[in-house]
Amino acid sequence: MPENININVHHVARVEGHGNIVIDVKNGELKKVELQIVEAPRFFEAMLKGRRFPEAPQITCRICGICAVGHTTASLRALEDALGIEPSEQTVLLRKAVLEAEFFQSHVLHYYFLVAPDLLGAPSVIPLAGSHPEVIKRALRMKKLADEIITVIGGRHPHPISMVVDGFTHIPAESELRGLLAKLKEMLAQDIPPTLDLFASLKFPAFERKTDYVSLTHPDEYALYNGTILSTETGEIKHRDYKNKVKEEVVLHSTAKHAKGPFKPYMVGALARFNNNSDKLMPQAKQAAKKLGLAAPNYNPYFISVAQVVESVHHLERMIHLIEELLKRGLKDETASRQTIAGWSAKLPQTRKCWGVGAVEVPRGILFHEYRIDEDGLLSGANCVIPTGQNLANIEDDMRALVPTILDKPKEEITLLLEMLVRAYDPCISCSVHMLKVDFV
Amino acid sequence: MATKPKVGFFSFTGCEGCQLVVISMAEKLLDLVGAVEVVNFREASSFKSDEYDVAVVEGSISTVHEIEELMEIRRRAKIVIAIGACAHIGGVNCMKNFNNQYEIKKEVYKDKASHFDSILAQPIDAIIKVDYYSRGCPPNRDGEEFLEIVTAILQGKKPYIPNYPVCVQCKMKGNVCVFHKEKPLTCLGPVTRAGCMAPCPSFGNACIGCRGLVDDPNLNAHQETLKEAGLTVEEILKFYRMLNGMMEVGK
Repeated sequence: MPENININVHHVARVEGHGNIVIDVKNGELKKVELQIVEAPRFFEAMLKGRRFPEAPQITCRICGICAVGHTTASLRALEDALGIEPSEQTVLLRKAVLEAEFFQSHVLHYYFLVAPDLLGAPSVIPLAGSHPEVIKRALRMKKLADEIITVIGGRHPHPISMVVDGFTHIPAESELRGLLAKLKEMLAQDIPPTLDLFASLKFPAFERKTDYVSLTHPDEYALYNGTILSTETGEIKHRDYKNKVKEEVVLHSTAKHAKGPFKPYMVGALARFNNNSDKLMPQAKQAAKKLGLAAPNYNPYFISVAQVVESVHHLERMIHLIEELLKRGLKDETASRQTIAGWSAKLPQTRKCWGVGAVEVPRGILFHEYRIDEDGLLSGANCVIPTGQNLANIEDDMRALVPTILDKPKEEITLLLEMLVRAYDPCISCSVHMLKVDFV
Repeated sequence: MATKPKVGFFSFTGCEGCQLVVISMAEKLLDLVGAVEVVNFREASSFKSDEYDVAVVEGSISTVHEIEELMEIRRRAKIVIAIGACAHIGGVNCMKNFNNQYEIKKEVYKDKASHFDSILAQPIDAIIKVDYYSRGCPPNRDGEEFLEIVTAILQGKKPYIPNYPVCVQCKMKGNVCVFHKEKPLTCLGPVTRAGCMAPCPSFGNACIGCRGLVDDPNLNAHQETLKEAGLTVEEILKFYRMLNGMMEVGK
C-alpha cells in the first residue's frame, strides 16, 4: 500500500460547473478530503433585491441551464405561496408535465452522456458515437423529445418563456400535445427496454454508506411539484419550515455554501427520492427498478445513476398520464379568468408585505426558493437553496468513508472511483454557486 | 481550412446552458463533430488539449482568475466566438454590478468575504478581442444560429446577423404587439437586435433584450413608449439592466 497519496483533480469533467477533488494521504492516514468548488460567485439573491416580483422566475431560471424549469417552478411556487394565489388545475397539470420533461432530459443526459462513458471505458460520449452509435442515437432521440415537450409547453429550452405567476402566457394546441403523446408512447415501448438492458449489464462500484435521505413526499404521487419535506432521520416538516432542516455554512474551499441538516450531512436527489417514495412510482418504473436490482432502501451512492434510470421510466409514464389528462379536460385560454402576471406587465399588481417558500424537486434533489415582497411589489429579500449545495457535505463524507477502503488500488483507479462518485451525484455546480444568503436583512 | 479545425469550448460565469444547447443539437452536432475536432468540452468529456483553432466561450468574466484564463485562450486561439448573452453583453450577471460589491459579498460570506475572488461582471470583449458573436439567452433558435455561424466560418464566409429590431421578425410571425394586448406588457423588442424570430412575444411574453441592442437604437423614442405604457424611469432602467447592464458603456 502506498504511504503517501496526493490526488488533485482540477476541474472534474462531465459535471455541470467547475469543481476540484483534493485528497491527501500521509503515512497511510487520510489527512484531507475536499470537493473544492471554484465556480465564480454570481450573487443572485443580491440581484433579486429591489426587482419587481414577477421577474423572479425569469431571472432565477438563469441560475441553471439544466434545471431552468425547476428554478422557474420553485420561484413561481414561492411567489404564489407569498401572495396566496392558488393556480388553476390546468396550470398545475401543465407545470407538472413540463417539470417531468425536464427531469427526463436531465437524467438521460446524465446517465447516457456523463456516466455511461466511465462504465464503457471511454473518456467521453464522443468516442462512444463511433463505438456504440445506436446507444448515442437513442440517447439523443430521448433527450430531444423531452426538449420538444418543454418547448411546446414552456416556449423554449432552456429558460422557459410562457410560465408566469398564476398561469401560462401561451397554451399549447391540442394537436401538438396529441403528436407528443404518440411519440412518448412509442418511446416507452421502443427506447426504454434497450436502455434498461444496457444499464442492467453495467457494473457499478460496490460501496455503501447509510446517510439521511431528504426529499419531498406526497400521499397521492411520487412528489416532485408539491408535498411536505421528508427526512429518513428527522421525519416530516412543512415546506415553510425548511430552515429547520437546512443550514448553510461557509467553507473556505468552496464558493458554494454547504447546506447541512441540524445534526449531520444528508443526501438529496434521485436515490433519496427513490428511498423515500418508491411505492408511489408508476407501474413500469417499478418493474424497471426490479430489473436493475434497485430496492429501497439502497445505501450505495453510485446507484444514484440507477435511480435516475428508474425515474426516467416514471417520468415518461407520468408525461403520458398528464398529457392524456389535459386532453381529456380540453385546453382553455385562461388569461382572462386568471391573473397571469408576466415579468414585465405594464402595471405591477398591488401587494402587501408578505413572504413565501417554494419547495420543488429538481433532477438533483430538493430545491427551495424563499422570497419577501414589500408593499410596492418589489422583492425585499430572497434565498435559494440548491440541491448540489445540500449534497456537498454528504459527498465529502462519502469520500472520507470510501478512500481508506481503496487505498491499495493504483492512484489512477482511486482517482477514477472518486470522479465517478462525484459524477454520480450529478452535481450542478453553477447552480450551487448562485450565492446563498442565510438570513434576510 | 484544409485540415480539420480544432474547436474548444470554454465556460466562465454563467449557467452553462449554452453548452447544453450545443449538446442538444443532436444529429447536427454529430455532423459538426465530423467536420471539426472537438478538443475541449469539459461538460461532455474528460479529454483536454491546449491547442485549438476556434475557441467558443460562454459566460461572463467575474473573477480575476477568469481574466487570466480568458487572455490565455485568446493567445492560443485563431478565432474566438462568444456564445450567449453572458459572454456577449454580460447578461444577468451584470445586475449585481449595480449593488455595493463589498456589501453583497459580506451578506453572503459574512466574515469570510475577503477569501472569495469576485469582481464586476463583464462581457468577454471587455477583456479580449472577439471575432464572432452567437447571441441570445439561451443561444437563439435552439442553437441553429450558432451552427450557421460555425458553418459560415468553416466555409470562409461572413455569418449573416440581422441589424434590425426584433419587432420586424415579431411582425413576420403575425403577433399582436404586446404593448396593445388586453393585458398590456412592456417590451424591449424595438431596440433589440433581431435574429431570434421573436420567440418570447410569440409565446405571449415580452422581449427582455437577450440579444443586445441593435446598432444605433432609438432609445429616446423607446423610453417615451415605456413611460406611456406606465413604467417609471427607475423601472425602465431596471428593465434594460436585466440583461443589458453594460449598455451604457456602448456595444
